[in-house]
Amino acid sequence: MRNNPETGMTLIVKTITRLTVGLILLFGIYIILHGHLSPGGGFAGGVIVALSFVHLMLAFGKDIAVSRVSKNLASNLESIGALMFLSIALLGFLGGSFFLNILPKGTPFNLFSAGIIPLCNIAIGIKVGVGLFAIFLALVVLERSK
Amino acid sequence: MMLYFLCLILFCVGLYGVLRKRNLVKMIIGLGIMEYAMNLFFVLLGYRFDGRAPIYAKDQEILNMVDPLPQALVLTSIVIGLGVTALVISIAVRIYEKYGTFDITKIKRLKG
Amino acid sequence: MELHILLIFMIFAAIVAIEVKDLLSSVIAVGAVGFALCLAFLVLKAPDLAITQLVVEILCLIILIRATINKDLPLVIEGRWVFNTLSTLGFIAVFLLFSWLALRELPRFGEPIMEVVKKYLQEGVSKTGAVNIVTAVILDFRAYDTLGEATVLFTSVIGIMAILRRPGRKKNNEK
Repeated sequence: MRNNPETGMTLIVKTITRLTVGLILLFGIYIILHGHLSPGGGFAGGVIVALSFVHLMLAFGKDIAVSRVSKNLASNLESIGALMFLSIALLGFLGGSFFLNILPKGTPFNLFSAGIIPLCNIAIGIKVGVGLFAIFLALVVLERSK
Repeated sequence: MMLYFLCLILFCVGLYGVLRKRNLVKMIIGLGIMEYAMNLFFVLLGYRFDGRAPIYAKDQEILNMVDPLPQALVLTSIVIGLGVTALVISIAVRIYEKYGTFDITKIKRLKG
Repeated sequence: MELHILLIFMIFAAIVAIEVKDLLSSVIAVGAVGFALCLAFLVLKAPDLAITQLVVEILCLIILIRATINKDLPLVIEGRWVFNTLSTLGFIAVFLLFSWLALRELPRFGEPIMEVVKKYLQEGVSKTGAVNIVTAVILDFRAYDTLGEATVLFTSVIGIMAILRRPGRKKNNEK
């Protein structure tokens, strides 16, 4: 990461951001994956993932964040997340009806249990996280026109 | 009963902000306060004295859980509220770029 | 109780947010209302909602501050202000009076009629395998509502991108 003094915030903020932004992303992924065991789920974890990218953009200026996740990549990832959720729903037709839970249930309190619920959480987490970051990109990057 | 009434008073504060303020951002803030009041009202309906959170624990037998159905509906509502606020803020930003002010009476009079 | 104190604090912070002239102060006051709401969700035994409300509140504050960095001219009070304010307050008083009469019909606070959720609570773990009952409700028993919510969020992202787009023909020197 560069240390351009004129873009972004001061040196203290940049140093702390370098140390913590990876941890915030990891925490968001943890909350998404353990949605069926502890409080959280796809929506809260997705918003935390979006907040980690917003943190990066606020501290370093918009060029570094756009080079990591550009606008085209953000819109493609969001569409992939929504399509994944729909295809998991349509797979329920193999079992009998829309949105049927067809994968094996497993034992409770395990990470790989509860059928399609972890997959749905992952799809919703991707969709919400990248979509909210795309909203923030649109508000900040597309600024003054005149 | 007093709690429900206080919740509706919070809703009325937001409603006053939407009806009587002339600054566009104040109207958006009033809309946000109305959303908070309604989410709180829903969750208040499902509370139970000496209840526990609706998550099972590994070694305990929990018999008195609070109502999880209003919580599931409010979870959806919170995220939708964020999407609506973001959309309305982007409309306000565009209006400011075109008219130069947030005042709604002046936006009515300009033509073109 | 704690809930009464939290609600009275929220009402005061909301009145401050609506009445203050400076836009940045009112955005900070709305942030205070949101954080008090997260505490209220924790007192009401809803940890899923507390986490979601906290992070959504932070993102909402960041987006709201984006709109307040534009300076606006001071507003002038012009005629018929007294009549309008009094009629609005009269309408709100009538609304509160009728709601007081209607809220007596609800079951008492703390004793809900849990008729619909009885089935979800009894068969939740065995039918879905998920330990978190709220996740089981939104992703297995009522997954259609989650599909609707994903559609609403998608539509809002498309709407924002369509509103904040710059027309391509006028800008030839930037991409």
